[in-house]
Amino acid sequence: MEAFLHQIFSGLAAGGIYASVALALVMIYTATHHINFAQGEMAMFATYIGWALIEQVGLPYWVAFFLTIAIAFVAGFTIERIVLRPLADKPVLSIIIAFIGLLVIFNALAGFFFSYTIKAFPSPFPTSPPFGNKFLSWHDLGTVGITVMVLLLLFGFFRFTPLGLAMRAAAFNPESARLVGIRVGLMLALGWGLAASIGGIAGMLVAHVVYLDPNMMSGILLYGFASALLGGIDNPGGAVVGGFIVGVAENLLGAYVIGTELKLSVALVLIIGVLLVRPAGLFGRRLVTRV
Amino acid sequence: MTSNQAAAPLATPLAKPATSWVTTGIFIAVLFALPYLLPVVLPELEGIITLKANFMIFQFTLVIIYAIAILGLNIVTGYSGQISLGHGAFYAIGAYTAAVLMDKLDVPYWATVPVSGALCMVVGFLFGLPALRLTGHYLALATFALALAVPQLLKYKHIEWLTGGVQGIVILKPDAPFGIKFMNADQWLYYFCLFVACIMFWLAMNLIRGRFGRAMIAIRDHPIAAEAMGVNNAMVKSMAFGISAAYTGVAGALGAIAIAFVAPDSFTVFLSISFLVGLVIGGLASISGAIFGAIFIQFVPNIADSISKAAPWAIYGMFLIAAVYVMPTGAAGLVRRLRG
Amino acid sequence: MLISRRVMIASVATAAAAHALPAMAQKKYDTGASDKEIVFGHTGPYSGPASAYGTIGKAIQAYVAKVNDDGGVNGRKLKMITYDDGYSPPKMVEMVRRLVEQDEVLFLFNTLGTPTNTAIHKYVNAKKVPHLFVATGATKWGDPKNFPWTMGWQPNYQTEGKIYAQYILDNKPDAKIGILYQNDDYGKDYLHGFEEGLGEKGRKLIVSKLSYEVTDPTIDSQIVSLKGSGADTFFNITTPKFAAQAIRKSADIEWKPLHFLNNVSASVGSVLTPAGLDKSVGIITALYAKDPTDPQWANDKGYQDWLAWMNKYYPEGDKKDTFNVFGYNVAYTLVAALKQAGDNLTRENVMKQAASLKNLEVPMLLPGIKVSTSATDFYPIEQEQLAKFNGKVFELFGKVYGN
Repeated sequence: MEAFLHQIFSGLAAGGIYASVALALVMIYTATHHINFAQGEMAMFATYIGWALIEQVGLPYWVAFFLTIAIAFVAGFTIERIVLRPLADKPVLSIIIAFIGLLVIFNALAGFFFSYTIKAFPSPFPTSPPFGNKFLSWHDLGTVGITVMVLLLLFGFFRFTPLGLAMRAAAFNPESARLVGIRVGLMLALGWGLAASIGGIAGMLVAHVVYLDPNMMSGILLYGFASALLGGIDNPGGAVVGGFIVGVAENLLGAYVIGTELKLSVALVLIIGVLLVRPAGLFGRRLVTRV
Repeated sequence: MTSNQAAAPLATPLAKPATSWVTTGIFIAVLFALPYLLPVVLPELEGIITLKANFMIFQFTLVIIYAIAILGLNIVTGYSGQISLGHGAFYAIGAYTAAVLMDKLDVPYWATVPVSGALCMVVGFLFGLPALRLTGHYLALATFALALAVPQLLKYKHIEWLTGGVQGIVILKPDAPFGIKFMNADQWLYYFCLFVACIMFWLAMNLIRGRFGRAMIAIRDHPIAAEAMGVNNAMVKSMAFGISAAYTGVAGALGAIAIAFVAPDSFTVFLSISFLVGLVIGGLASISGAIFGAIFIQFVPNIADSISKAAPWAIYGMFLIAAVYVMPTGAAGLVRRLRG
Repeated sequence: MLISRRVMIASVATAAAAHALPAMAQKKYDTGASDKEIVFGHTGPYSGPASAYGTIGKAIQAYVAKVNDDGGVNGRKLKMITYDDGYSPPKMVEMVRRLVEQDEVLFLFNTLGTPTNTAIHKYVNAKKVPHLFVATGATKWGDPKNFPWTMGWQPNYQTEGKIYAQYILDNKPDAKIGILYQNDDYGKDYLHGFEEGLGEKGRKLIVSKLSYEVTDPTIDSQIVSLKGSGADTFFNITTPKFAAQAIRKSADIEWKPLHFLNNVSASVGSVLTPAGLDKSVGIITALYAKDPTDPQWANDKGYQDWLAWMNKYYPEGDKKDTFNVFGYNVAYTLVAALKQAGDNLTRENVMKQAASLKNLEVPMLLPGIKVSTSATDFYPIEQEQLAKFNGKVFELFGKVYGN
């Protein structure tokens, strides 16, 4: 029984990681209607910047944390302006190739600047077990807390602020948005900046658990992608719940049902099965095609 | 150059035959003569059989193999409009089919190629039936999952006796048949692959110009209208996926024979992504695009490596972005535009 | 026989020179070697899933630079051509063919990875190109009968697995063993050696055997399962990142088994420090090289030379990384073999000399561990010593295993 609880909680801890990455994917999707394959590598690179600020510049954790978020925002904004803007009217597949290009660039640059040796990333949370329990660490709880906080901020931002509404409009229907005076280009760039920031947060939370190396995100991105689609790619709350479901389900499957060799494959098959029944994800909005 | 006219709005290029029969004929003739032309073009390779020429022939063999794989992906993505990030899986299945047949059953290498194609067609069709109910990002995830799952399945302990598990299978590289003396193994393999490629390209052209091809394109451009006109969307899409998988499977079998080794590590997700890169850079919905794309994924990484030893993939990434920027319709689209 | 024109001219030229100057009659060259230089080929995973090993290739290059600054080998400069194989077997085949057929190297050196080297194993032996000191611990690289042109270098994984098994049988015969291994050739090789070492009876001691994939984000779930299985002994067959995760997670959930960590991850600087030194106390591993972060070598000549070399030739390299020690040691071995080959730089003689190293002392190997090869022994390093981590360093203990 204790082992079972341990499995559930370590699944929840992993789920927190997937949820934070899924959130970044949902963010960029809401803002641009693209899924950014380079999201994981951008987050990884931002995390290296955070690492350098803490370990090499010597800044306190939270200062470095927020500085990294700001740097990631500017970087995301700039990338949209320089790389993606000129491709705005190109076919979707061309844009995907540009994403792949960004992915390999960030991966190679991280290896070049920071080497491939793993690095420990500090956690701002205490190391003692919280409330005397041994199932979750303060860092796990902190990850969940920060993810939920980001989620609420996003929710409020997109629902209640004029800027958030304008960004959604720009992604949903650029033509009409332009007609009502929204600067669509600026909105897209802002969306990229926000997504990069959220990715940076996710990266810094993840890196403490899995250790920082240039390939840190390659595995996690897939889980984040699956979580986001499972929960509903246009629903931030759904994506977070999706992350926890994927984390727990994968752990339980691996530990009790099919063994560790095939757990990823089977988990993916299950997710796809769910998507076949509910094509818009568990909490997604179903779009009806008009002829 | 007559490319001064304002470029027409670039929608996805239609399946219009871009090259005339004459150009195609000349192109094929050059390909066939290549092993003998190389020493002429590059005088330092004088003498028909030199080591350096052999290596180049080997590289061109790989280009031909990749071209078949990309052509397969083109059928499903370019013509039928379904994105696939998982064609590396079919390449792997084709490669393993060839390797297992040769290793366990002593089937001659040439006979493994059609078997691989047929098996992949069945697998692709069966995968397509449910998966193609998904579209867009969801289909991308499903195919990506396939690319990830196949290498893991290949090393699954209960089929290790067949696949060799993590060790893979070493196979024998075929020599030229009938005791032909004037051709070494590399040259023979080049002609063998070229021969298969010619058949596959010819079949693809006929397929796309025929009834089935028109149905695919109709579904891509307007699924609801196609359905209304009596096209069985689900069936056509699944068939397209099966045919596409068959092409990639054939390429995989040829790849296994050329490399003479298969292992799960040969078929990572990156292979699938490379095919997609080749497809888009070469040109969507274009037969000749497959060849340009294959040349790109074969040679550009090496070029990037020679430019910067420190971070070659950063250079490669910049090439990718520059390529979609300069030629949004791929190399084939660019060629078409330059010819007016 | 396929001989390129340039080689023929070169050999004609040397033949003529030999006529003119009888004193130089001993000089013999194959393609890639000349009076001025020795060209050799290398591939490494500078990109892709195994890029953490890419630093080995850079370290070798840095060592080559040092050798050349010191005057080269018997007056000849070394020229190393290295390509990225991305840890992909097909890419490896292409790059190795490029080295052999286009760059015409004299020999191949320290190509990395088991699946990748398997892909070129037959080819290099058919072409009779020396395939020296490959960077993988599989057992198949020491098979001079069937593959006389291929040779390993490091102690093979199976031998190391057997050492741990022997230790358990001797000291903890009632152990309940849990194993975590990477699901690939490297993990399976260790596992195989370990199980073989335990023998028919000892194998019953294994209570749990779990795998993970390189793409897995964490292995927390496996560690939890291992603890749940009741294991009190843990054989940890993981690469650095997962080793650090495993050490930390087992401490976090208060699982304190007798912990055996494979040599691949036995690095104080790049594994135990990130995992937490206090959490690593008691870990046992088998070593054959000096750990650069271990203070007991601070005044050791071999270490100081290594440090000076790192500072001068590879300043951007990580001085905590044991792979940079690996590159240094293996390149040192190569240079010793080439020195021994003298002016007879044919492929056959290079192979012959690599196979006749006698008790070679390599500066960054542990004292007492030597490199020896013969025409029938293609395993250069076969000795290892157990060491236990005391919170600061790995303390060597017990005998030197192997012959």
